[in-house]
Amino acid sequence: MSQRIYVPRDSFALALGADKIAAVIQNEIAARGLDALVVRNGSRGMAWLEPMVEVETAGGRIAYGPVTPADVASLFAAGLLEGGDHPLSLGDPEQIPFLKRQQRLTFARCGIIDPLSLEDYEAHGGLAGLRNALAMPPLEIVKQVTESGLRGRGGAGFPTGIKWQTVHDAKATQKYIVCNADEGDSGTFADRMIMEGDPFVLIEGMIIAGIATGATHGYVYIRSEYPEAIKVMEEAIGIARHAGLLGWNVLGSPNLFDMEVRVGAGAYVCGEETALLNSLEGKRGVVRAKPPLPAIEGLFGKPTVINNLISLASVPIILDKGGAYYRDFGMGRSRGTIPIQIAGNVRYGGLFEAAFGLTLGEIVNDIGGGTATGRPIKAVQVGGPLGAYFPEKLFDTQFDYEAFTAVGGLIGHAGIVVFDDTADMLHMARFAMEFCAIESCGKCTPCRIGSTRGVEVLDKVRAGIEPERNLALVTDLCNTMKFGSLCALGGFTPYPVMSALTHFPDDFRPQVLPVAAE
Amino acid sequence: MMQAAGTEVMQRITDVVDALKEKDGALLPILHGIQDEFGYVPDESVPVIADALNLSRADVHGVVTFYHDYRKHPAGRHVLKICRAEACQALGGQALAERAMALLGIGFHETTTDNAFTLEPTFCLGLCACAPAAMLDNQLIARFDETKLAEIVKEIRS
Ligand SMILES: Cc1cc2nc3c(=O)[nH]c(=O)nc-3n(C[C@H](O)[C@H](O)[C@H](O)COP(=O)(O)O)c2cc1C
Ligand code: SF4
Ligand code: FES
Repeated sequence: MSQRIYVPRDSFALALGADKIAAVIQNEIAARGLDALVVRNGSRGMAWLEPMVEVETAGGRIAYGPVTPADVASLFAAGLLEGGDHPLSLGDPEQIPFLKRQQRLTFARCGIIDPLSLEDYEAHGGLAGLRNALAMPPLEIVKQVTESGLRGRGGAGFPTGIKWQTVHDAKATQKYIVCNADEGDSGTFADRMIMEGDPFVLIEGMIIAGIATGATHGYVYIRSEYPEAIKVMEEAIGIARHAGLLGWNVLGSPNLFDMEVRVGAGAYVCGEETALLNSLEGKRGVVRAKPPLPAIEGLFGKPTVINNLISLASVPIILDKGGAYYRDFGMGRSRGTIPIQIAGNVRYGGLFEAAFGLTLGEIVNDIGGGTATGRPIKAVQVGGPLGAYFPEKLFDTQFDYEAFTAVGGLIGHAGIVVFDDTADMLHMARFAMEFCAIESCGKCTPCRIGSTRGVEVLDKVRAGIEPERNLALVTDLCNTMKFGSLCALGGFTPYPVMSALTHFPDDFRPQVLPVAAE
Repeated sequence: MMQAAGTEVMQRITDVVDALKEKDGALLPILHGIQDEFGYVPDESVPVIADALNLSRADVHGVVTFYHDYRKHPAGRHVLKICRAEACQALGGQALAERAMALLGIGFHETTTDNAFTLEPTFCLGLCACAPAAMLDNQLIARFDETKLAEIVKEIRS
């Protein structure tokens, strides 16, 4: 069997020239007449090492990175296929502390397998959860998910099992499973990494959701900003259909389940579940008032499970190992693992899956290694554009839904964006308002008008016009938005704004112009 | 001549619409199809789509204008999208965007006079751990910097 050389096809690697590296490696293989083949895997999630090339040797996998096309010839000269020594050698990738410290359940295969090989998928534990599920009554599947303590990873943290129970209990001729892969939060890429690195785990999770609730059709709503994820996902669905995993008789069972990809059109608010359903129906992505819950009247008016991609991709391991196994990770009411995405101005950025309970400080300092620029950390935004900015004094906050709520923040989709001391928090507060104004669906006045007013008022603060009065106005506006908005876009934009103002008041004071040196 | 061109356009619109109109919730897939075909959503397509889906023209128009992706006018030969979101800002994304504007002499949502570039903002490309990020047509770019920007501009202008 040909020896495998892995060159990721994950967007991190592609955006850093991985296709070119793969081509140069192919040429070297041909020129040297070697019995090797290039496999395009997903990413292990160590973004600072991308593009990270791995080779399968007799003694296990050896990684090299970050590789450029110009390094390839020297890698072969150093004996790449034997895992030869080279300045870019990282040794066994699983021994790299960033990876070694993780507890990978949802991302167990990501970066390891060929994402489009169902054989690879099964050889690494794939489909075991579905096989178990097929042998259970639907309610038992729901029970396992409930027992696991899994809560929605899209932001709201709603118990997944309860949502599924509602759809299971609803009587209807047609039900749907919708995967929310809109992943619009800055600082997040977990959904993307699964789609590009282990798409079958999502397919398996959606099939299990379908069997548990009686839904026969699924949609994956992927944002248009993810062209690679769309490609891999579509291809994977085709392969799954061909293999009898999707279609009339899922794995030879009497169950029907099929699914398709739908592509968003660049509207952040379409990540909100009811706006997403409107978008899938071909309408403007305007938020719907609840009730009715999507679980009762969702897509095309039918009972619908709408879950974040990571929620669904965590289901196969739960059905494989049992709800209790998953529940035994984590703390308090935050059970299982969470793929933390460390981004922005950080030295070791990437995806870190771990049980709930790490502190923010451990994440950004011990794991993230501080800033990329080497300057002190000033602020960390957790939970995307609607999440709060944390100063260093809150770094002992534990990664847990309740702990974050207690300090005026939210975990959201678990994206963490690090800023160094050059960050201007007045600017970031203004940006939060501007983003809300650009992305507002327009339904509520506080969100639509309030955010535009917010930008104007913060501009006045910047210009030093009546700062006291205008800052009081910002606080007022935030209160109005918080209590007068239908969804979290208008309702949570006050988090980044008010946390910036509360924790970094100096940035909001009129700039004292430096006196020219005599 | 003009008329022939018009007929040809209508045919292309109809082909896209016919291929997708049977899908549930077909409007977005159709609009994506039209934009893939023409690079924007021509006004002439609105009544055809409305007709095929049994919607009013106002409905279709309302959807086209709601979503940031759909262009009402053709873009330049290349579209450069620069990420404006927080993680990219944390590593100088804003300064880079301003540099691009200065270099191209245009702002966001504008096209250069030689029609080579349209500059568009985007909010996160999922490359936030390799910031700043950009996208040239369908090509993702991470660790974007002034050197990469200058190379792109030079290569396309030459
Ligand atoms: C403005 C806004 C944007 C959102 N964006 C996303 C998103 O991109 N992905 C996501 O899964 N959930 C997003 N949500 C949360 C969804 O509304 C919903 O809670 C989630 O899809 C439910 O799935 P879960 O229970 O598995 O988390 C967003 C919510 C709001 C208010
Ligand atoms: S808060 Fe904003 S985005 Fe949410 S429903 Fe209201 S107007 Fe729409
Ligand atoms: S914030 Fe720019 S790529 Fe995510």
